Amino acid sequence: MSVAPAEVDLPRSADNPVSDRPWVTIVWNDPVNLMDYVTYVFQQVFGYPRKKATRLMLDVHHKGKAVVAAGAREAMEHNVEVLHGYGLWATVRQDN
Amino acid sequence: MEPFRPTRGGGARASLAPAEASLLRNLVGQVMTLIAPDEPQAPPAAQDWNDLDAELDALAGAPKAPDDPVLARLLPDGYRDDPEAAGEFRKYTESSLRSAKQQAAQEMLDTLPEEGGRIQLNHDQAHAWLKALNDVRLALGVRLNVTEEFEEQWGQLRQDDPQWAAYEVYAWLGAVQESLVQALA
Repeated sequence: MSVAPAEVDLPRSADNPVSDRPWVTIVWNDPVNLMDYVTYVFQQVFGYPRKKATRLMLDVHHKGKAVVAAGAREAMEHNVEVLHGYGLWATVRQDN
Repeated sequence: MEPFRPTRGGGARASLAPAEASLLRNLVGQVMTLIAPDEPQAPPAAQDWNDLDAELDALAGAPKAPDDPVLARLLPDGYRDDPEAAGEFRKYTESSLRSAKQQAAQEMLDTLPEEGGRIQLNHDQAHAWLKALNDVRLALGVRLNVTEEFEEQWGQLRQDDPQWAAYEVYAWLGAVQESLVQALA
């Protein structure tokens, strides 16, 4: 399995102070969750169209993880709690 | 089993044999026991300086990930490589996550006739099934050390291996869940 980070569609700037960097929700690959199930959860939780949800699921599967959402820290923590409810392995991180 | 099929209004229906219903009820019940909230424990008295950190953590109410690998997978850390943030996150979310999982499992039991037969789920009930089924698969997957090469792992076992039946159950649970996802998607 590749350890390369999944692609992140976020603006980046070297001179961003730490406090300006967005927070992200990351989903990690695991051997139990079914691919169709993960796609379905992304559609339900984030309202993503099937195509985007499938692409993110494949990123998780092939790259080991994917950033599935970005925004305020509280919103990312809420995402993670909801994803844990569905049994996905998710964490919060400040983007770097 | 008759696999899940979509129903009008975003639900799903299926049919289970009595032995299948009984197996599911048993497994879901085991997960419920596992994720039942811990009894609050008094922090242990510090024996020496090494224990002091642990005691301070306990007093500060920053819980650590469970030692049991199954429980640690069902109630994972919300932060990686940041124990302090992970502890804070767990402090504020673990008990509601446990309750949510208990509730999904209970809703599955409530809509799963003991003698099997026809299962008729509305959209919310179907989601409770998805979550509860997934928790059972996670628990079993961790116990069996399942990897991405599950089929090969299973194929290497002799049919008289004590784990063979557990692998068969795990595969069947995957098929049940897959049919439910297909019915809802």
